[in-house]
Amino acid sequence: MQPLEFLQIALYFGLLIAITPLLGGFMATVFCGQKTWLTPVLKPLEGLIYKLSGVNDYEEMSWKEYAFALLTFNALGFLAVFVLMLAQGALPLNPQSTGGTSGYLAFNTAVSFMTNTNWQAYSGEAALSYLTQMLGLGVQNFVSAATGIAVMIALTRGIARKHAASIGNFWVDLTRTTLYILLPLSLLLAILLVSQGVVQSFGSYVSATTLEGRSQVIPLGPAASQIAIKQLGTNGGGFFGVNSAHPFENPTPFSNFLQVLAILLIPSALTYTYGKMVGSVRQGWTIFAAMLAVLLVVLAVSLWSETSYNTVLQTSVQMEGKEQRFGVANSVLWGMTTTVASNGSVNAMHDSFSPLAGGMAMLNMMLGEVIFGGVGAGMYGMLMFIIITVFIAGLMVGRTPEYLGKKIEAFEVQMAMITILAPSTVILIGTMIAVLIPQGLSSLNNQGAHGFSEILYAFTSAAGNNGSAFAGLTVDTPFYNIAIGIGMLVGRFGVILPTLAIAGSLVGKKYTPPSLGTFPTDKPLFAVLLIAVILIVGALTFFPALSLGPIVEHLLMNAGKTF
Amino acid sequence: MKTTLIALRLFLVMTLLTGVLYPLAVTGIAQGFFNAKANGSILKGAQNQALGSELLAQKFDSVIYFQSRPSACDYGTVASGASNKGPTSKALQDLVQERRAAFRTTNGLAAGQDVPGEMAFASGSGLDPHISPEAARLQVARVAKARAYNDVQTQALTQLVERAVESPQFGIFGQERINVLRLNMALDNASK
Repeated sequence: MQPLEFLQIALYFGLLIAITPLLGGFMATVFCGQKTWLTPVLKPLEGLIYKLSGVNDYEEMSWKEYAFALLTFNALGFLAVFVLMLAQGALPLNPQSTGGTSGYLAFNTAVSFMTNTNWQAYSGEAALSYLTQMLGLGVQNFVSAATGIAVMIALTRGIARKHAASIGNFWVDLTRTTLYILLPLSLLLAILLVSQGVVQSFGSYVSATTLEGRSQVIPLGPAASQIAIKQLGTNGGGFFGVNSAHPFENPTPFSNFLQVLAILLIPSALTYTYGKMVGSVRQGWTIFAAMLAVLLVVLAVSLWSETSYNTVLQTSVQMEGKEQRFGVANSVLWGMTTTVASNGSVNAMHDSFSPLAGGMAMLNMMLGEVIFGGVGAGMYGMLMFIIITVFIAGLMVGRTPEYLGKKIEAFEVQMAMITILAPSTVILIGTMIAVLIPQGLSSLNNQGAHGFSEILYAFTSAAGNNGSAFAGLTVDTPFYNIAIGIGMLVGRFGVILPTLAIAGSLVGKKYTPPSLGTFPTDKPLFAVLLIAVILIVGALTFFPALSLGPIVEHLLMNAGKTF
Repeated sequence: MKTTLIALRLFLVMTLLTGVLYPLAVTGIAQGFFNAKANGSILKGAQNQALGSELLAQKFDSVIYFQSRPSACDYGTVASGASNKGPTSKALQDLVQERRAAFRTTNGLAAGQDVPGEMAFASGSGLDPHISPEAARLQVARVAKARAYNDVQTQALTQLVERAVESPQFGIFGQERINVLRLNMALDNASK
């Protein structure tokens, strides 16, 4: 690695740490309904939205009401994308006369964008009209991200409120997230991206004649507006098929830096928001530190692996699937951030990463997308691991565990275990089915251990609502569209519902002041224990599967074997 | 029922806000302030005809031009794509060896000479517009010969290549690179 590459990575993490309290503090202010510098402009608009939708913003919801509102709203999002994709051929804003898609693809894509996964079984420039991109996918980019943040805020209230019955109002949380956080940041990022060359146009594709006299069709579209929210909302669904490797989606090294920063921006700041809302920013920073430590380790392993000599290809500068303007280090940095956060956008093809770098990407997702994770989703997923950690710590000293003054009892631990088991089941059972049936195997693009990795990656990405892929696998088939679709649903709502149930249970508990026997959760020791629990759970569940894929491929590669 | 009705109304309002007003606002600002970039950074020829986009690679297989990186989708734009071949792929191994041999033969390099990675491996987008300065320098002699340049002209060509080198952005981001389409256009202009 070059010194300049180290400098870019150092700058990246420096900025991330600096922005975390600023943005995190701002978000806490928004969710507590206090005045921010955007309030004078946005408050009237917020009121108008409530008026138009019939929302009473003073009404509070129980966890069941909150969950019902969330599910209803998400179901509408699914329907909207599903219908738009089937009917786009007959609808306006379709300069390329793109026809409707198959029902399987429409189902898969609608689930994918509703669940904040943004798995892409299609290529946007070839399969979707501008209308579908804007009105279907673009809207889901916002509201699925807002849904994740809303759940996290609801859980935070469950922890912070004492002996209460309600956890907030879903409509208000959704609206405030969109209005005060996602829209302003997206507007700013979109314009910065256009200044770098990301396209934003409703014009038809341009026909050019190249220097050698060939004809070239240049695709356009309202891309920048969508890419900004795709990164900020940890969605990850590209406007173009090759995602942020496409020069129109990510044209310069600076646009790359902005986007990779946007991937972790909100998930990272939410740790501070959490600390602020539970009344101790140290709690937030401890979680942040645990997340950062894991990310730095997987990043180091991947950088080492990606710059090591590949005996098969006889090079230590692995440029397959990578762009010259980014180079190896920026591709690996992106690959790791996009998989720890459940973003899933790519600026290089993960399928062509070295075995261990690809393996780290999978491991990041298998750990439950809690290392920063998706917006909101990462934080509430992490809180599930915190509950387990506090429980284990309690077992060790033989006391009823408590967290921030709330007793952690059987119900919370059971629910937390469901949130960990549901995605893991999808990954292992889904992969098992796919490798046993011809519909699963006929989609492979690589043979040997790498072929197994392609399937394992697909189900891991679905379960973690990540959306990145070992993209060689042909996934626009009835089997994969349905199987991955179900996986994404379980990975999303199999976690959200138990999480809200915990919020509902915790909010009703009374506050127990900390005593000498309370295990402090804002100390380095707790961060270490938390990391250990995450790694042990992840490793025990997935080590056998990883051995069959990336680990054995690494050994075979070093022995010079090809498939 | 009440919840469903609120959900429907709020969904429509959110669709209007994030699916219509937001992209329109970005488009308005983009078209107003960054018109060329928002519309694909199109490069035009003498008769104002579109020659391509500064950001998208073109196929150059004539010896009188500098070559772009290999493309797994043969420089197709709708849709573009990558090989997605893994690190133990026999097909990729063969292809990379072929490309290295072809690059050496085309440019008259010695049998054992290193070929820059980006010329042996296909890009992620299939449309990577850049190559490294080194990859361009290795092609100078062949381009000069194909264009029957004398020593002075070859010297000028070398300078043209060096002038085409783009530094890391703001001195920090990315790495040194050359835009192949821009270089070849400059080459055509210089040859007139």
